[in-house]
Amino acid sequence: MNDLIKYAPDLLAGFLKNVQLSLVCAVFSMILGTVLVSMRVSPTPVLRAAGTGYVNIVRNTPLTLVLAFSALGLSDTLGVSFSDEPSTNSFWLVVLGLSLYTATFVCEALRAGINTVPMGQAEAARAIGLTFFQSLRMIILPQAFRAVIAPLGSVMIAMIKNTTVAIAAGYLAESAFVMKDTFDDTGVSIPIFVGIVVAFMLFTLPIGFFTGWLANRLAVAR
Amino acid sequence: MTENGDSTPLVVLEGVNKHFGSLHVLRDINLTISRGEVLVVIGPSGGGKSTLCRAINRLETIDGGTILFDGKPLPEEGKALAGLRSEVGMVFQSFNLFAHKTILENVTLGPTRVRGVPKAQAEQRGMELLERVGIGAQASKYPAQLSGGQQQRVAIARALAMDPKMILFDEPTSALDPEMVQEVLDVMIGLARDGMTMMVVTHEMGFARRAANRVVFMAEGQIVEENTPDEFFTNARTDRAKDFLSKILTH
Repeated sequence: MNDLIKYAPDLLAGFLKNVQLSLVCAVFSMILGTVLVSMRVSPTPVLRAAGTGYVNIVRNTPLTLVLAFSALGLSDTLGVSFSDEPSTNSFWLVVLGLSLYTATFVCEALRAGINTVPMGQAEAARAIGLTFFQSLRMIILPQAFRAVIAPLGSVMIAMIKNTTVAIAAGYLAESAFVMKDTFDDTGVSIPIFVGIVVAFMLFTLPIGFFTGWLANRLAVAR
Repeated sequence: MTENGDSTPLVVLEGVNKHFGSLHVLRDINLTISRGEVLVVIGPSGGGKSTLCRAINRLETIDGGTILFDGKPLPEEGKALAGLRSEVGMVFQSFNLFAHKTILENVTLGPTRVRGVPKAQAEQRGMELLERVGIGAQASKYPAQLSGGQQQRVAIARALAMDPKMILFDEPTSALDPEMVQEVLDVMIGLARDGMTMMVVTHEMGFARRAANRVVFMAEGQIVEENTPDEFFTNARTDRAKDFLSKILTH
């Protein structure tokens, strides 16, 4: 318990990095996931194939490999750099890798949502002269989003926990790394371990409750 | 509402064919619809009536033949096709109102997003149309809060909001409870009187007799008979039509 109190400021600083990563990745993965699902349901075969190919490859690659690729492949080999400051650079490499990865799950959740929207909605949209992308944006996706708020919440919770493997992209500031670093000094400390678990639960549990509540509130009556 | 004095037909179908797999659903359809005409399409289920109706705004593609709308072949895709559809209203059997939008939004979406009409103007016109179909008081509700008959009248208002050159009705009363059929038919009869060009797939003989200029009887993907409503219902020329009528008229 003394270890937890002694290292609490470091651990908290680390945990705030998890929160930061989560918020940025949530925004990017939602946007990219929406783009991907639009490709996957589009009438253009090339877009459909590209979307399907991307999702199948990235979704089935272990996250640590995606992150390692963004650090070793993109950054070290191809010279992609977000900042001269190594910790800032690796922060954005994690954001890149984790967003690219999480977007595939957002895409598939949304695609399940699109399947809940009756065919007639799209037909009515086309019949009044909306183009495919207009009907997707104004009619199909808004209903699809509402149908999968709870599953999207699960995707976001998984993404938040995934920020703890950021070390795979060389990012050394988040809480799981700080914990391991601390254990090197103190030996394994159960209170520290439990403290971090509790911090994550305080973050993710409300998301689960909130998305469940929102899903009921925004459900489309048919 | 129609361009009076323009005697060219609004819709011309020539040799139209369509297959669903091995099923030949439209066989060599030749049909002309004049401006201001109300055409009723009648016939047994699976006879191709709905497919014919949906082919005119290309919700169904065709395998052969041509369809001219207002003198031009139907565009195949993209913006041109969307443009055509904005000129052809459609009313579906299952209403298909946008479930996440209010009644008024259902009616103003097309004008604002397709035609670029300013929101206030679209809402004013939308309210007028909703009043006209008797739903003005429900404008801020959602579709699921309305009865089937009310939803279908909103769907008609939604089609009218685009100022279409014609409206296609695909079995507009088939999904309604019996007591709601008449309120929808009354709106349609009003439209017919105002000179709207209409193609109506229906079994409602009362409507056909009161409002239609012509009845087309379809079976097995073919147009079997074209006739005036009175002639058709009292004295059909073909055996296939007589047989069909004997089955539905006994009720």
